[in-house]
Amino acid sequence: MDSSLRRPASDPPASARPTLAVWKFASCDGCQLSLLDCEDELLALAEVVEISHFLEATSADAPGPYDLSLVEGSITTAADAERIRQVRRLSRRLVTIGACATSGGVQALRNLAGVDEFGSEYVAAVYPRPEYIAALATSTPISAHVPVDLELHGCPVDRTQLLEVVTACLAGRTPQLPAESVCAECKRAGNVCVMVAGGTPCLGPVTRSGCDALCPSYARGCYGCFGPAPGANTGALVALLRADGMAERDVLRIFRTFNGPVDPVGTRREASR
Amino acid sequence: MTHKIDGDRLLHVDALARVEGEGALRVRVHDGRVVDVELAIYEPPRFFEALLRGRGHTEPPDITARICGICPVAYQLTACQAIEAACGVEVPDEIRLLRRLLYCGEWIESHALHVYLLHLPDFLGYASAVDLARDRRDLVEQGLRLKKAGNAVLAEIGGRAVHPVNVRVGGFYRLPEADALIRLRPVLQQALDDALATVRLVSSLDFPDLEQPHEYLALRAPAEEYPLDRGLLMTSGGGVFPAEEFGRLVVEEQVSHSTALHARLAGGGLYLVGPLARYALNGDRLTGAARDAAREFGLGEVCRNPFRSIVVRAVETVYACEEALSILELWHGAPDASVDVPPRGAVGHGVTEAPRGVLYHRYALDADGSVLDARIVPPTSQNQAALEADLAAFVQAHLDLPEEELTRRCEQAIRNYDPCISCATHFLRLELTRA
Repeated sequence: MDSSLRRPASDPPASARPTLAVWKFASCDGCQLSLLDCEDELLALAEVVEISHFLEATSADAPGPYDLSLVEGSITTAADAERIRQVRRLSRRLVTIGACATSGGVQALRNLAGVDEFGSEYVAAVYPRPEYIAALATSTPISAHVPVDLELHGCPVDRTQLLEVVTACLAGRTPQLPAESVCAECKRAGNVCVMVAGGTPCLGPVTRSGCDALCPSYARGCYGCFGPAPGANTGALVALLRADGMAERDVLRIFRTFNGPVDPVGTRREASR
Repeated sequence: MTHKIDGDRLLHVDALARVEGEGALRVRVHDGRVVDVELAIYEPPRFFEALLRGRGHTEPPDITARICGICPVAYQLTACQAIEAACGVEVPDEIRLLRRLLYCGEWIESHALHVYLLHLPDFLGYASAVDLARDRRDLVEQGLRLKKAGNAVLAEIGGRAVHPVNVRVGGFYRLPEADALIRLRPVLQQALDDALATVRLVSSLDFPDLEQPHEYLALRAPAEEYPLDRGLLMTSGGGVFPAEEFGRLVVEEQVSHSTALHARLAGGGLYLVGPLARYALNGDRLTGAARDAAREFGLGEVCRNPFRSIVVRAVETVYACEEALSILELWHGAPDASVDVPPRGAVGHGVTEAPRGVLYHRYALDADGSVLDARIVPPTSQNQAALEADLAAFVQAHLDLPEEELTRRCEQAIRNYDPCISCATHFLRLELTRA
C-alpha cells in the first residue's frame, strides 16, 4: 500500500465548531442516509460542524453535550425509552427526522393490535422463540417520551429540507419548512390531478408537502409518506374516495402505512393513545 | 475494551460504527482459545412479516422498501417478483431491463457508500471518510461522485434515492422520459472512470491474511449476465435450485443473543452470500472493463479472503456502471409502463441479488390478493453464522495483538460483510473473554 494514504500520527486540533450528533432508534437508516446523500454538501457541512456522534458514518464518538441532535427512529423497547431520555439530556436542540421518529413509523401498525395479539400475532409470527425478544407492544414517536424542538416529516425526509433544518438550527434561525398540503405543490408543478382526471386515489389533499408532489408527478396517487398535513380534512377526502368506489378495506389500508395508523375521520392518529 | 471475569477474558464492542443498524460483538477466550463468538444484534425488531398480513398484493413493494433505506430497490423488486410469480404474470423484457437499470443504480450507490464511507477508513486508519477528507479530499470526492451517480439513476428512474416511488407490481407507474436517460449517460460514463479508479485504489490496500472455507450461495443468471434480478440459486458445493426451493433448503434458526434469525443450509452448515459468493460463482460472467479490472488487479477466480471483499465490491461497481450504460443503449421504450397483475390465491417466491447478497421473499395470497403470510430472508441474517466463524478464526490467529488493535481489527472484519443490521432484524457488540 502507498504509505502516503495512511493517516498521519498527529490528531487534528480540537475545534470550537458546534457539535452534531445523529441517533438511531427503530428505523430503516434511510433518513440518516439522506444526510450522507448530500454528496455536494457533506464535506462543507463537516467543516462547519463537529460530527460528534454518528454511528453510521464514524467510529469516533465524543461524549457530548451536543449542540444539535438529529434523531431517527421510533421507541419500541424499554431500553430505547431510557436511551432517548439520555440523548435529550445531552442535547441543546433535539430534532426528530422522518416518519418513524415523528409518528412511530410503519412499525406502529402493530399498535392496532392489543398487547396479547401483539405477542401472538406479531412476535410469534416472525420469531420461533418469542421469549428471546424484548419489544414493547407499541411503537411510539420520540415526542411521546421527551420534549422535541422540531419535527421534520417524511418517509424518508427530503434531504434539502434536512440541510435547511441543520443550517437553520446552527444559525439560530427558524427553518423555512412548508406547512401546506401536497395538493398545493402539485398545482404549482402544473400536474393534471390524478384523482379528479384519472380516478386514482390520492392522499395529496391531506398530506404534508415537502416532496415536490413526487408521486402525482410519476402518475401515481400520493401515498401519504410525509404524514397528515396540519388541519387536514380527512373526512372530506374519505367521502370522495368512497364516492369513487373505493372499498372500505382499501380506505383503511391507504391511511395505515408509513406514519402509523392514521384515523381517517379526523383525530390525528390512534398510535399515540 | 477488556473485562476480566473469573479469569476469562472478554473483548467487546458495545455499538458498532459504520454499519447500517445496531449491533455489538462479544468474543470469549479461555486458556488461549476462542470459545465463543456472538454477534449480538440488538436492533429492535419491526415485525414486517406480521404487519404485511392482511395488506393488498400491490402493497409489499412500498412496505418492504422500509426495511432498508440503503437498499430499498432490492426489497421492492424482490417483492414484485414474488407477487408476480404468485399471480402467474411475467413482465415484458423492456420492463425487466428498466428494473435492472434501477437495480444497477442501487448497486452503485450502496457499494460506493460502503467502499468509501464505511470500509475504506478502516484500511487507512481514519475514524470516518470526513476525517479522511481532511488529508485526501480527492479520494472522498471521488467516492461521493460515484455514490451520487448511483443516486442519479435511482432518482431519474425511481423518483428519489431513498424509497423510490415509481416501482409497482407489474412494472412502473411512469416510463422515464428520453431526456432523463440522455442525462444519465455522461453521469454513468464518469462513474465508470471513478469505479475503475476505485478498483485501482482498493487493490493497493494492505489486507490481513485470512482464508475462509465457507460455502458460497449466489444467483446464477440464465443468460450471459452477472446476477442481479434473476436466475437459479447455486452453491459452491454444486447445488442448483430455484427460488421455490429456498424455504426447504435454507433453515433459519433463532439464537438468544440476536434479533436476527441465523440461516443455515439444510443438512449442511453455514454459508455466505454477497460479493465474494457472487464473484466466485459468476466471475466468468463479467465482461469488458469489469473483467479486465478483476484480472489486472489479481482477484483470481475465487476470492476467499473476506478483507478483499472491498476489491470485489469495486469490480462489481464497474460492472454495474457498464451494465447501466449498456441498458441505456438497448432500451428503446415500452408500450406500457406496467402490465396488469390480477390477484389470485397462490404462493409466490422471489429471489434477487441485493448489494449485500441473496434476498428472498415469499408471499401467500388470498384470492382477493390479501397477503395471508409473508416470509423475508435478508442477506445479513444469512451471513451472520459465517461472520461469527470468521471472527473466531481471526481472533484465534491474532491473540498476540494489543487489545485496542485487536478490537479495531474485529470491527473491520465485521465491516467486510457490509452488514445491514436494520435489514437483518427479523444485528453488533465485541466482547472478548480471555483466561
